[in-house]
Amino acid sequence: MPVVLETIGLEVRFGGIVATNDVSLRVEKGARHALIGPNGAGKTTLINLLTGMLRPSSGSILLDGENITDLSPHKRVRLGISRTFQINQLFGDLTPLETIGLAISERRGSGGDWWRVVGSRPDVIAEIVEILEQFRLADVMGERTVTLPYGKQRLLEIALAIACRPRVLLLDEPAAGVPEDERHEILATIAALPADVTVLLIEHDMDIVFSFADRISVLVNGELFVEGAPEEIARDPRVKAVYLGEALDA
Amino acid sequence: MLTILFDGIAYGMLLFVLASGLAVTLGLMNFVNLAHGSFAMAGGYVTVVLVNRLGVPFLACLPLAFLVSAILGLIFERTLYVHVYRKSHLDQVLFTIGLVFMSVAAVDYVMGSSQVFAGIPSVLQGQFDVFGIGVGRYRLLIIVICGLLTVGLQFILSATRFGSRLRAAVDDRRVASGLGINVNQVFAFTFAFGSGLAGLGGALGVEILGLDPTFPLKFMIYFLIVVTVGGTSSITGPFVASLLLGIGDVAGKYYVPKLGAFVIYTIMIVVLIWRPQGLFARGAAR
Amino acid sequence: MSGERSVTARSVNAVAASHLASRARWQPLEIAFWVAALATVFLLPGRHLILTEIAILALFALSLDLILGYAGILSLGHAAFFGFGAYAAGLLAKHEIVNEPVLALLLSGMAAMVLGFVTSFLVLRGSDLTRLMVTLGVSLVLREIANRYSDLTGGADGLQGVIMKPVLGQFRFDMFGHTAYYYSLAVLFVLFVLARRIVHSPFGLSLRSVKGNPSRATAIGISVDTRLVAIYTIAAGYAGVAGALLAQTTAFASLDGFSFDRSADLLLVLIIGGAGYLYGGLIGAIIFKFMQDWLSALTPQYWPFWIGLLLVIIVLVGRERITSWTDPIRRVVGRLDWRSALRRASASPAEGN
Repeated sequence: MPVVLETIGLEVRFGGIVATNDVSLRVEKGARHALIGPNGAGKTTLINLLTGMLRPSSGSILLDGENITDLSPHKRVRLGISRTFQINQLFGDLTPLETIGLAISERRGSGGDWWRVVGSRPDVIAEIVEILEQFRLADVMGERTVTLPYGKQRLLEIALAIACRPRVLLLDEPAAGVPEDERHEILATIAALPADVTVLLIEHDMDIVFSFADRISVLVNGELFVEGAPEEIARDPRVKAVYLGEALDA
Repeated sequence: MLTILFDGIAYGMLLFVLASGLAVTLGLMNFVNLAHGSFAMAGGYVTVVLVNRLGVPFLACLPLAFLVSAILGLIFERTLYVHVYRKSHLDQVLFTIGLVFMSVAAVDYVMGSSQVFAGIPSVLQGQFDVFGIGVGRYRLLIIVICGLLTVGLQFILSATRFGSRLRAAVDDRRVASGLGINVNQVFAFTFAFGSGLAGLGGALGVEILGLDPTFPLKFMIYFLIVVTVGGTSSITGPFVASLLLGIGDVAGKYYVPKLGAFVIYTIMIVVLIWRPQGLFARGAAR
Repeated sequence: MSGERSVTARSVNAVAASHLASRARWQPLEIAFWVAALATVFLLPGRHLILTEIAILALFALSLDLILGYAGILSLGHAAFFGFGAYAAGLLAKHEIVNEPVLALLLSGMAAMVLGFVTSFLVLRGSDLTRLMVTLGVSLVLREIANRYSDLTGGADGLQGVIMKPVLGQFRFDMFGHTAYYYSLAVLFVLFVLARRIVHSPFGLSLRSVKGNPSRATAIGISVDTRLVAIYTIAAGYAGVAGALLAQTTAFASLDGFSFDRSADLLLVLIIGGAGYLYGGLIGAIIFKFMQDWLSALTPQYWPFWIGLLLVIIVLVGRERITSWTDPIRRVVGRLDWRSALRRASASPAEGN
């Protein structure tokens, strides 16, 4: 399968600390690629680099062969990378309808339209409803986001990233903070993501990782430690050592 | 030309003493105190009253001005400001603008709206010649006092326990209080001290800057510029910024009188375009 | 089977559409407001002078609401655009460059928009404090410029010798302020409707998202800087028109237009009425003007003291608690869809979380 997202020697420093060290990652089109590693390994930093929230000190990022290293974050979204945040980053005052509608308008290029009234385009409405139903949010579509339970907010977080119709979706611990009884919805949603969307997933929960991923990269201290198919990683004693070593030290 | 430099340095150091309290308050409590100038004004008027009505010698008024403003600062901090710390920046702005309006109107009512003067002792008037530079005695005094204060501040911050506690609290308030530092006490003391410094600056500034009830409004922008250009994470930042502004303003008004006042604003705009976080800020902007 | 599903799909779509569009629909209370405003034309002929001031202040406050209430930009120097528009209109009239007031008004507004555009990049980056400073600095710079070039602006004495020609060539400015009021009210209404349209558009929605969570807005592809520049420019234009109206209705422009007092008073006006739902500025203007009238009669010289006290009290008590009296109005006008809120209130509790 062709490589849709690639980093070459990506590096970022904060003062004296090298948070991301010579990371060369390749994500294949349509993959369900998981990024795992102990706390502080630099997983979220890598996501921030990929989305442009952070500028690398060196190295480059390619999307479908195109160099996007110098592009600003919002331009990368237009090109097809979107992400979710580990802690929900939503618009508290807006309803799910408005939130998803916003992403869709932006994608369609009518985000800057100052004359038309929101909600006057039936095709946009249809798409919003489609996504909301897909993410089981249709029943709360008119409620202010801040009033929704955490699980629903998490679904909205993912729905928002999907509404950008990305080529590559970066999920940062999608199940984090979600209460036990609402987790299965999140997991079902992730499993049902369209096959043509490439997913790079950060996750701590190994059950999710092994049931979902077809390829795993292990990040330790900002470096790519080992990479391979789930079975290989599961059997690799070094990976266990990295995790267990952490637990013993702590 | 060197005279201008000298005057500019004096002006800059005066600005620094005036604005340093604001820099610390902003850096420490992330609190935008637009009423800082009111404490300076208090020090100025105290000096004027003491010198003119009670015949207290000028130099003796300086520590009194510091004290009165510091006490005022402490009172206001404990009774009013403390309720506003956690509020949004908009609220802080509204609150302190309100205080400014109240102080300006109150002083206008009590002291009248015309400019006032404090008689400085004759030994401080005039200038003497040093290698062809006209060294104003009063300005020399300002430089000496402010220089000592700056050194003292730097010493306190870097070499004393209080200084470390203060720096810790500025860096990360929650962690600092977790370490047992009484953050509230640090705040109260620092606010009082900063207001005291403002009062001292106000007293020194009567002669050079002029004093009338609109002082807090007139000089608000200057303090803000010092703090924004200089950043709030060190003493040196505002210090250099004040000098830059002082020299720039004096030189500008001398060499380009028609546009002299714009020098300060231009410096501000240029710096903010180039470094939105100020010249000396560390890392993330507040 | 598919017919059934498409019926349900269509009805869900319809509900969604109605949810979204409900915000933009003119609510009865809004209509009542403007009818009342129109009524003052006929019912309060003796008060047209102060009503003109209120209308102008309301427009000015509306412009601040656009950047503060909708985009979250803290400005201490919005008077920069007000004063700029005032001088523009005054100069156009005085030197008989443009004789027709409405045209001069448009040109002054556009001039203010240019100024807004040029200074907008200063408020894009940096913290709240930087924005406060920069906006204050700009208004002070303009004040200095107007002061220096006194041959052009009249300096501290203000722009003298402005003679206004009739509006649209027909309506002469009279000394009771009748024409001034009809003119100002009309301008306010037109610009208000435009602002309302903007605020309920996708652009307006994106502004609310930028205000609420700028990094998330960026993460869904919104160019935050572009949006902020756009609304800042528009708001500058609105403020400029307000200033121009003042110059035209009083045939005078002065340095006061740029003063910090004006920017600070404006903040108070918007805070009294509440920011973020467009009517706050209008309501605040009405209350402020009457308060100012009353207080100035009591203590003409020291009325800033009471304004200051009011600000302090408002903040200490809490802005939300103070403006909670406007909550019913907000709910009706824009924050929540009141019809569905009523429906939900009467619906069974099983629908809840």
